[in-house]
Formats: sequence, C-alpha cells, structure tokens
Amino acid sequence: MTGKTESAARAVDVWKSYGTGEAAVTALAGVSVDFERGRFTAIMGPSGSGKSTLMHCLAGLDTIDSGDVWIGETKVNGLRDKGLTDLRRSKVGFIFQQFNLLPTLTAEENITLPLAIGGRKVDRAWFDTVVDTVGLRDRLTHRPTQLSGGQQQRVACARALVSRPEVVFADEPTGNLDSRSGAEVLGFLQRSAREFGQTVVMVTHDPNAASYADRVIFLADGKIVRELHQPTADAVLETMKHLDGDELVVV
Amino acid sequence: MLKATLKSVLSRKLRLVLSGLSVVLGVMFVSGSFVLTDTLDRSFKSLFTTIYSDVDVQVAVKPKIGSDDPDQALAGTLTADDLAKVESVPGTDRVVGDVVGSARPIGENGKVLTTSGAPRLGTAWRDGGQEQLREGHAPQRDDEVVISAYLAKTGGFSVGEQISLITLEPKKTFTVAGIFGYPGNRDSLGGEMTTAFTEATAQQLLLGQPGAYSSITVRAGPGVTEDVLRQRIQDKLGDAYQVKTGEQLSKDSAAQIGEGLSFFNYVLLGFAGIALFVGIFIILNTFSIIVAQRTRELALLRAMGASRRQMIGTVVLEAVVIGLVASVVGLGAGIGVGALLANIFSTVGGGSLRLEGISVPPSAIISAFAVGIIVTVLAAVLPALRASRIPPVAAMREAATPDRPLTRPTIAGAALTAAGGGLLWYGFAEGALWFIMSGLLVAFVGVALLTPLISRPVVSVIGKLLAWSMPGTLGRRNSARNPRRTAITAAALMVGIALITGVSVVLTSATTSITKVAEGQVKSDLIVSGEGSGPDGDATFQPARLDDIARLSGVGSSFGWYADRILVDGKPQFGIAVTDVPVMQKQFGLSAKEGAFTALPEGTLALDEDSATKLNLKQGSTVSVQTTKGEARTYTVGFVYAKNNVLVNAIVLPVSAAKQFRVEQLETAFVQVTPGTAVQDVQKRVEPLFADNPEITVQDRSAFVKQQASQLDTVLLMIQILLALAILIAVLGVINTLALSVIERTRELGLLRAIGMRRAQVMRMITVESVVISVFGALLGLGVGTALGVGAVRALKDEGFTDLGIPWTQMGSYLLLAAVIGVVAAILPAIRAARLNVLQAISYE
Repeated sequence: MTGKTESAARAVDVWKSYGTGEAAVTALAGVSVDFERGRFTAIMGPSGSGKSTLMHCLAGLDTIDSGDVWIGETKVNGLRDKGLTDLRRSKVGFIFQQFNLLPTLTAEENITLPLAIGGRKVDRAWFDTVVDTVGLRDRLTHRPTQLSGGQQQRVACARALVSRPEVVFADEPTGNLDSRSGAEVLGFLQRSAREFGQTVVMVTHDPNAASYADRVIFLADGKIVRELHQPTADAVLETMKHLDGDELVVV
Repeated sequence: MLKATLKSVLSRKLRLVLSGLSVVLGVMFVSGSFVLTDTLDRSFKSLFTTIYSDVDVQVAVKPKIGSDDPDQALAGTLTADDLAKVESVPGTDRVVGDVVGSARPIGENGKVLTTSGAPRLGTAWRDGGQEQLREGHAPQRDDEVVISAYLAKTGGFSVGEQISLITLEPKKTFTVAGIFGYPGNRDSLGGEMTTAFTEATAQQLLLGQPGAYSSITVRAGPGVTEDVLRQRIQDKLGDAYQVKTGEQLSKDSAAQIGEGLSFFNYVLLGFAGIALFVGIFIILNTFSIIVAQRTRELALLRAMGASRRQMIGTVVLEAVVIGLVASVVGLGAGIGVGALLANIFSTVGGGSLRLEGISVPPSAIISAFAVGIIVTVLAAVLPALRASRIPPVAAMREAATPDRPLTRPTIAGAALTAAGGGLLWYGFAEGALWFIMSGLLVAFVGVALLTPLISRPVVSVIGKLLAWSMPGTLGRRNSARNPRRTAITAAALMVGIALITGVSVVLTSATTSITKVAEGQVKSDLIVSGEGSGPDGDATFQPARLDDIARLSGVGSSFGWYADRILVDGKPQFGIAVTDVPVMQKQFGLSAKEGAFTALPEGTLALDEDSATKLNLKQGSTVSVQTTKGEARTYTVGFVYAKNNVLVNAIVLPVSAAKQFRVEQLETAFVQVTPGTAVQDVQKRVEPLFADNPEITVQDRSAFVKQQASQLDTVLLMIQILLALAILIAVLGVINTLALSVIERTRELGLLRAIGMRRAQVMRMITVESVVISVFGALLGLGVGTALGVGAVRALKDEGFTDLGIPWTQMGSYLLLAAVIGVVAAILPAIRAARLNVLQAISYE
C-alpha cells in the first residue's frame, strides 16, 4: 500500500453535465480534489450539489466529460468496461445506503463476495480482524433477512474492506439506519481509517455523520466551496447554513 | 380502473410480449390446423369435381366387403354384355367401359416411383376422354403406352423411350408413345401417376381378365339429367350393380378424403392442446411474478380505496387484454402457417393439387379467440386471487415475501397424481382414449404441484454439478430461491419431455418385444415381402415364385400367404390364405388351443383364441366368410390356435380361398434354410428370382425386424416434431422467468457489477440458473415419462408388449437437449443483465 503519491483518489478539473442543449445540467464544474491515503473524508452539500455525481465519477461508476480521475496509480477515465470492472473489483470498496446484500448468501459469503468474484483467496487473518471490528463474529452464518438493518450495513462495511481496496466509497451509509446503528457504522469507518489506514470517502447530508470524518469538503453547484478539517457537528452545521445562505444570495 | 390497467399493460411492453407469446404460439397452432384442413378439404372437393366432371353416371359391381377403397375395380368386373345393356338404356350418349388398375412405373434407378399418397394408376386409353394428348400418339400396339405429364416429368420419360411397369404381372417394358395432360394444363389430378395401355393389354395386366371392365362411364344425352339416367340404368341392371352419378362419386371421394383430413385435424388439435396446456403454466408463472412485482402498486391502489374485486378485476382485465392481443396475433400467424403448409402440401404432389384459395373458416376464428382468452384468463385468476389477499399495509412495507408453506400444494399434488395415475391405468387397460388423456392432464397438474417440494433437493444436486465458480454458485442459489417459480417453469418443460419419453419407452419396448419374439420364436431365416405390404398394399408376387424358392438348394421349408380383408359373419377381419399351414406352425412356433394344428382341408379355417372369443366361435362352429370376390361361403372352424405374438388376429384360410381374394398373388413368403447352410448363401439364390420386381425385397430375419421397427421410428419422429412446439413454448417460459427475474433482481445485479463482477460472469450466472431449471425440468420429464411409458407397456402386456425397453440413448439426448435449451434460453436475459447500467441498477426500486 505504499504508492508513489499520497493520494488514494484524485480528481483534476473534472467537468460533468447531464442532458444536452437547453436542458443540460452541469453536475460538476471543474472539481479538483485529492483524497489522502488513510484519511476519512466526508463530502457534503445540498441536494443537486453534485456530491453523489462526484463520488460516482471517482469510483468509475459514471463517466466524466473532461478532466482526470485517478484511483491510486490508475487513471479511471478512459478505461473500458473490463478495466473499470477490474478497478472496482480490486481497488474500490462500496457501501450503499440500501445495504445491497445478496439474499441468497450468508453474511460471511456476502463479505467475501468481491474476493470470490475475482477468484482471490481470502486473507483469513484480515477477514477475522475486520469481522471482529464490526462485531459480526456470531452472525456469519446468518442470511441478510435474519439480520437487523445495522447488522446488514456492518456486513456491507466488512465487504467493502475485506479486499483491502485503495479507497472505500460510502454513499449515505447511515441514511437507512437509526441513530445508534448509524453511530456504530460511522465509528467503524473512523476506526478503519485510523487503525487500518483505510482511505474512506463518504457522501452524506447529515452534519453529525460528517463530524466523524477527518475532513469535510462542501460542494455547491458542482464546485468545491468550503473545506473543514477535524470538524465538529456544530461547525459542519454552521457551514451548511452559510452555504444555504450563499445559495439564497446567489438565487 | 380500466384506464389504470391499460396504462399498466402498455407501460410494460416486454412483459406483454413475453406473456403473450406462449398464447400466440398455441393459438397459431389451433387456428393454423383449421385453416390448413379447411383449405385442403375444399381443394380436394374441387379436385374430385374436376375428376368426375366427365362422368354423368358410373356403373360398377357392388362391393361385397363394403370397402371404402377407391380401387374397387378388383372386387368384380363387368363384361361386354353389361356394356351392351347400358348402351341400350335410352338417354345415354357416350358409354365407355373403363379399365382401371394399379400400374407402378420403375424409375431410372431401378426403384419403383412413389407418389405422396396419390395412386399410381393404369388405364385403357380412350379417345375423347378428359385426357388430352400433348405429344406423340395414342397407344396402338400392345407394347405402347401413353403416360401422364407428371409421370413423364417425375421419371424423366419422353416419347419414344422405354418405360418399365409393374402391374399384376412383374416388370414389363413398353415404349412411351405419347404424353398426356388434363384440362386446365394440369400435369396430374391430385398427384396421381397414370399409364394408359391399349384396351386388351390393360384388361390383361390390370384386371387379369381379358374382355373385362372395372366400371362403365356414361355421359347423358341432351335433355336427360344425371339422376334420371342413373335410375334408368339401375332399373335395367338390377341391385347387383352399383350405379352412381358423377356428383355422388365426387362427393363420396371427397368425403373419404375429408374423413382423413378431419382425423389429421384432430391430431393437430391434440398437439395444439398440449402446447396450450404448457402455455397455461407459463402464463400462470408470468402473472404470479408480475403480481409479486406489482404488490406495492396494487397495495397502493387498495390503500386508496380500491376493493378486492377491483384488484382481481385489474389483473383479470390485464389477462383479457393480453389474451385478446395474443389471439389476434395468433390467428394471423395461424392463417400464415396454415397457408404455408397448404402450399407445401400442394407442391409436394408435383403442384397437382390446386389450392382453392386460403380460407379462414369460422371455426378457426372462434377457436382462436376462445382458446386465447380463456387460457390466459384461467391462468391469471389464481395470482389475482392471491394478490387480492395481501393486506395493503404489508405490501407497502418493503415486503420480504415469506416462503409460503408447501403443505397444501403437496397434498393436492399427491392426490391429483394418484388420481391421474388411476385414470391412466384404467384408460390403458380398457383402451379408453378419453381416460388416458384426462389421466395425463390430471397427473401432469399433480406432478407440477409436487414439483416445488422436489425442486429443493434436486436443484441443489444439479446446481452443485454446474457451479464451480462464484457466478455459478450465485446462479444455482438463484434458481433455488423461489421454488414455486422454478418448479412451474420446469414443469412446463416436463410436459413435453415426459410425453416424448413416454412414447419413446412404448416404442422401444415394442421394438424390443418384436425383436425378442423374432429371435426367440420365429425360425424363418428369410422373408420375402413387398414395400407397403398389407391387405391394401400393391406389392405382391406370382405364386410360381414360391415353387421356385422351394426348389432351390439349401431351402429347408418354405410357405407364403395371400392376404385380403374378409368378412366373418359380417364382421371385417384380416384373412390370410396360407400355402402350407404345418410349415407355418413349425416356423412360427405356434400351437393349437382347441383341436390339432394341421393342414386346413377345403371349407375349414383356423383363428386365434382372442378372435374366437370375440366372434363367439369354437372348434367345429360354422361361419359365413365373404371374400372380395364371389359369394359368401360357409366354413367350419378346424382349430383355434393359441394366442402368440407372431401371428396376431389373423383368420387362416386354406390356399384355395385366395381365388376369391382381390389379387390372387402372394403377399409374403417365409423360408427356413436347411441346417448347416449359411443364410446369406440361400438369400443370394432367392434374390435373382425377384430381379424383375423391384418392389419385392428378400431380407434375413434381423433385417426384416429392423425394417418393421424403423416404421416405429417414423412415428416417433412425427411425434417429436409435433411436441417440439410444446417444448418451444416451455423454452419461452424459461426465457420469461429469467427475464422477469433479471428485472426483479436489477439492484442485486447492479451491486454485483459495482463490486467487480464482469459482464461475462453475470452472463454465466444467468446461464447456470437457466440450465439448472431446464435440466431439472428434463429430469422431471424423463422420470414422469418413464413412469408413463412403463405403465403403458405393463397395461399392454396382452397386446404383445412382452418386454420393457428403456431408450437410454434417446433419454440422454433429451437431457442434453435440455441443457442446450437452458443455454439458449439464457442468451437474451443474460445480455440484458450484462448490459444494465450499474448506477441505475443499483438505485432501481
């Protein structure tokens, strides 16, 4: 995991718009951002600010119009489907708002699924570490339907981590959870960055969730407008209010 | 509500197409059958009108057997006296004595030319008839003939060339003096091949009697109607003669063809029924899946105040719409297929059956709509009822539909399977077709209900064989995910494969039994027989040939028989006049049940114990026997022979009876070689005796058995082709289930792609699921089919099914076919799954 650069993921002057002509909507307007290795970053912004688009483009799930996107040493834009698939398979981990576990597989099988798909061996020691960290040891043989929402999301977290990806992308990971389960998941993401050096990028609209991150970047109208380091929930909330205010002014 | 339903139907075009397609195919088959048979029926009617357009009244000898055979000529012949009598009737214009019989031309390759079912006729040439000379001249010498244009084209004969023909006499060669056609520039009337001789030659070769006529054709003079003339002639000749008008003749012939066509129609409709039955499974499944996917939408409607009845209404209405659309499309396709087949049919006979325009009979339209709508609605009602029972609140929640217990369907399935088995058993034992068919239906539904229970263990075993990688494992687990869905999809495939397997088992058992009997009991080493042998068959040979065989060195014993239909106490039977009864007994290993198995003196006959029971006869009883020619004679039952599998239900007559048979020529001969002689050596000596008769073959025992068995193969092939449609519909079902599952699992597929599953892996996953389902269906079909076949064979034990034969190779190939079907069915859904946009898929609701 010792790359030449300190960035696990990087966007350089990324532009992205949807639709054409009159109906065109610019989602990203020249976004440049570095995600340092081993740090937990939250991306915030009002609806339509482009935060999800940025994440999708970084993860190779969506294409960009111009600029460059890097995951570690790999340039994402320009890769074809196979290259993107391999990139997602080995360098990227995902956590979704809707847990997205396979109902036919047990918790353990869900966790090791990315490795199984790639035909890679499971590193037992690392698997045990991850499982113990998320506290799922006694739930490994359960099917998703037998798990609570919080447990399911922890399975999803473990799944994202087990392949030791370059970066884990989490899209509103606490959106479907109660506050206690949400706190558990966020605590786990924080620990994985601090203790395991795992780069985590999380999209959220919850200031409290963002306060778990080492750094928060704020997007508005497809641009990065603010950045906070070691944020508190209050500071995030304050910034968001200003952003809304700015927007009102702009409008 | 109507608007909401229509919108819902239209918004899901793919679903509409998929669920409608199976109905379309079934309806197509049904309406196509009606269109085809109706078109052919009318075409044949018009053909016979043409054939008899030249005939006002026709006189023939009244048939004694009451046979439907158009080739009645040999029943009895008319004389010049008869001709004179008819001519003396006032009102006749043209009176012609016809000579009509069978004449089979030999083609360039030395084999007899065949038609597609139409006769190969010989006639005496008449000027002024329907036949119009196109080239050359009428036959003047006894070695000259004129031939129909179709025969000339098929056989490649032109004027001045030689043509060889087999008639009552073996191969004779003639010179083609001319070629004729029919009015309207037709080469043939209905695909027949005709050779016209001089009158004397025709009488000798076709009737075997100089100066005889097979019928007399009369044209009425001006001012005399057909009916009046007919009555006058009938009065003049008396009741021993059959006098018919041209209209009657054409009606009778058309009715006879019509009977065959309506049987053909029933067969087609039977297979259409099977296809539709399979279609019901597919539609039922489709609607179940659709309703499951729409649970939330339906719940929303209920929450907004829609009643349960309205809920059922929406689903049923959707079914009606789909059924209606499918009926229209199916009817259109059916007309197309019917027209196509009718055209193929008409060109096969040398373009000689002129189609009377494609017609769409009301039966086609009515059945198309009735079948299409009823089948669809029937299949949709169950899922609709189920949907209406879901409480709205439960449905609005992210419904993890729990597995409903399988107890009720399993009990019902077991009961139905048992009931179906009972009906089948009774049906086979009594030969009751309706019991067999309803038994099959009930048993299939029963097994289908049991299928979900069986699916768990079986699917997991099949899956383990296929799933060696992660995508495979996922595919296997997906196929086990919804046992009911998998089960119904597989059950649809089961029906077709079970029927094919059942028939295969029965036919293989028949072959095995025939072979066993032939090898174990029959001691005949060589069999001399003709193509199409049988009481109506043309191929026969001179009795003198049998004497020639007997004189050959190496021939131990030999005998032959003449065969014809006879009436015993007025009941139609199959009669054989055997040249040497004791030799037959020895070669066939027969034994007597009552009396002694000895040569039959004049006036005695022998019959098997079954026929004796049926006809209520025993040794010493007297019976009246009517042969094709001559008057009825009284016979005494000499002995009753024991039931066996070689000579089945044949009335054995002394050889003298053959004089009154239609053709006094041998049909089959059997030869046993002397001990220590090689069979092939004797065969080589027998064959030259029949060098002048390419219709007759000399085969050793095993070749003969093989040839007999090969006729069963043709039957099997026909059934396989007709059942292919049922299997095709089942394949649609697999595609349907997969496609709907893919839609249902869009989010999962998105996730799998997001975490690094390649497109090829996604496709492999879908393919494994598909193959598991189809192989499961095939295994079910093989199991059920074997059970059906074994049951039928056991029930038919008394009919000569002594041995059970399991067609392992065929069964293996069906299994392989199922695996291929699985792969093919997966193609489209797999491509669809692989092409999913990851981002959209993952946020798919």
